[in-house]
Amino acid sequence: MKRTAFIFIIIFAILVIAITPFIGSVKIPFSALKDFELATSEAQIFYSLRLPRVFTAFLAGAALACCGVALQAMFKNPLATPFTLGISGGAAFGAAVYVIFASAIISYGGIAFSFAGSLGAVALVYGLTRIKKGFSVGTMLLAGIAVNFFFSSLIMFLQYISDFTQSFRIIHWLMGSVDVTGFHTPGVLFVITAVGIIVIAAQSLNLNLMSISDEIAAARGVNVKRTRKIIFLATSIMVAGVVSFCGPIGFVGLMAPHICRLLVGYDHKILTPAAILFGGAFLTLCDCVARTIIAPAEMPVGVITALLGGPFFVWLLLKDTDKSGL
Amino acid sequence: MSQTVIEIEDLSFSISGKRILEQIRFCASAGQRLFIVGPNGAGKTTLLRCLSRIISDWQGSIKVKGKNIRAYPQKKLAKILTYVPQVLPADIPFTTHQFILMARYPHLSPFSVISPQDEKIVSDAMDMTQTACFAERVMATLSGGERQQVSITAAVAQQAEIFLLDEPATYLDYKHQRDIHSLLAKINKTCGTTIVCVTHDLNSAVLSADKIIALKEGKIVFEGTSQEIMNEDTLEKIYSKKFDFAQHPVTGQKIIVPDVIE
Repeated sequence: MKRTAFIFIIIFAILVIAITPFIGSVKIPFSALKDFELATSEAQIFYSLRLPRVFTAFLAGAALACCGVALQAMFKNPLATPFTLGISGGAAFGAAVYVIFASAIISYGGIAFSFAGSLGAVALVYGLTRIKKGFSVGTMLLAGIAVNFFFSSLIMFLQYISDFTQSFRIIHWLMGSVDVTGFHTPGVLFVITAVGIIVIAAQSLNLNLMSISDEIAAARGVNVKRTRKIIFLATSIMVAGVVSFCGPIGFVGLMAPHICRLLVGYDHKILTPAAILFGGAFLTLCDCVARTIIAPAEMPVGVITALLGGPFFVWLLLKDTDKSGL
Repeated sequence: MSQTVIEIEDLSFSISGKRILEQIRFCASAGQRLFIVGPNGAGKTTLLRCLSRIISDWQGSIKVKGKNIRAYPQKKLAKILTYVPQVLPADIPFTTHQFILMARYPHLSPFSVISPQDEKIVSDAMDMTQTACFAERVMATLSGGERQQVSITAAVAQQAEIFLLDEPATYLDYKHQRDIHSLLAKINKTCGTTIVCVTHDLNSAVLSADKIIALKEGKIVFEGTSQEIMNEDTLEKIYSKKFDFAQHPVTGQKIIVPDVIE
């Protein structure tokens, strides 16, 4: 049953990647695929817009889902995500600083700024939690939410002092979008996501044990503190990558792990790859909806994920049947 | 004289200025059954947590098999000693079999797969503790007693030489209490496992311990045999109350009896 569900997720992901590039305001005939010289406009759209866009969406969704799985297991809390822990907020602030102050001076520095922001947020949240003696997930989530608000205010402040064009750029990007041209963005995102996923996949056994309790994990030989640091570092860099290119896209990191837990169970050796594939496919599908629903105009993908995610979040809060708490 | 496996010297620990443990000093030798007793808040659990390295900012010296405990990587330490908490979380989503299989962790590398040998060790452990009958049940559906048995089975499958147990039978009924204590005695006998057990149950400590240590306000106030602790003055010093005694009908050992409540 669980194996079937996993195979189903793999097929779902493959189908989404294979079909969505053909869907959009411009119909792509199959003949356009053979046109590698990009002589026709359909081939140009397919190769330099649609494919990069689909790959970007898939990688962003995969990275966010992977972060969600790791953070939820590590904190034994269903609400632990890059958002609630302030990591996204920090990354977004870093990227906004880059757009306003540094983009004219250094090109392609967005990731570095985002990474600094996400690491700063993690340090702040972790530090605030450590000030209170003993480690409490409740304190940590509250600190994360406080840090998130703090960074949102800073972003609003930046928008206020910036000029109209910069402000518009920030607003557009804050809504979340995977609207890219060419393979530069998906290429960089691929490297970051691949590294992050490998690091987190290597922690699967640790995450299984830590999802039971930190005491049990330590008794079985898991270096709990080191694992926490590794997960924080890996999620910070993945979130920084996604946020700097696509903006803070919400809910994928929350939703994908939950749905996959229902489908394939709690063993992170299967759960992590399942969530990665599902998250990727889900965001790709959301983006497909975002660019077709009001075609030829487009909606930011973040609007769709949040529209779907909001009700899901409420459902998660209200249903109390899942005894595991995860 | 058997080998000393745990050697603690001048162990002190405090949380925000409050002394929890003070100048603790004792040893345990291989295969010994050591029970730690004492009133609530005496620091018993904290002592176990220092020993299992869940707490690490203590002062003094803890040596495990002659080597400073801080010098061990966590994984290597887990091959030697393991910790059995008072209760497992009630909501573990894994099956009993999966949970016990996870105890093979210290013997695995991150991407390695479970070998037939690991499977054999796990099924042997489940046979020994008679937990095989609920191998495929999800842990969240087990009773408190069953869950505790599984917790100890996992420690067996982990093949640790030293078990640190924190009140393993506290929340259990009489039958399950007996089962847990006889299981521990069996493991101690067949595997030569060193048992370090914190308990509030003086009688079961007296009936199965090789050595008993009593803690009070973070200090060791008694170290000796079962016979030595069953003494009116000693117990009064530990618990600040008087005890009545009786003779165990089978072994003839001195045991305590509950007070008459007026």
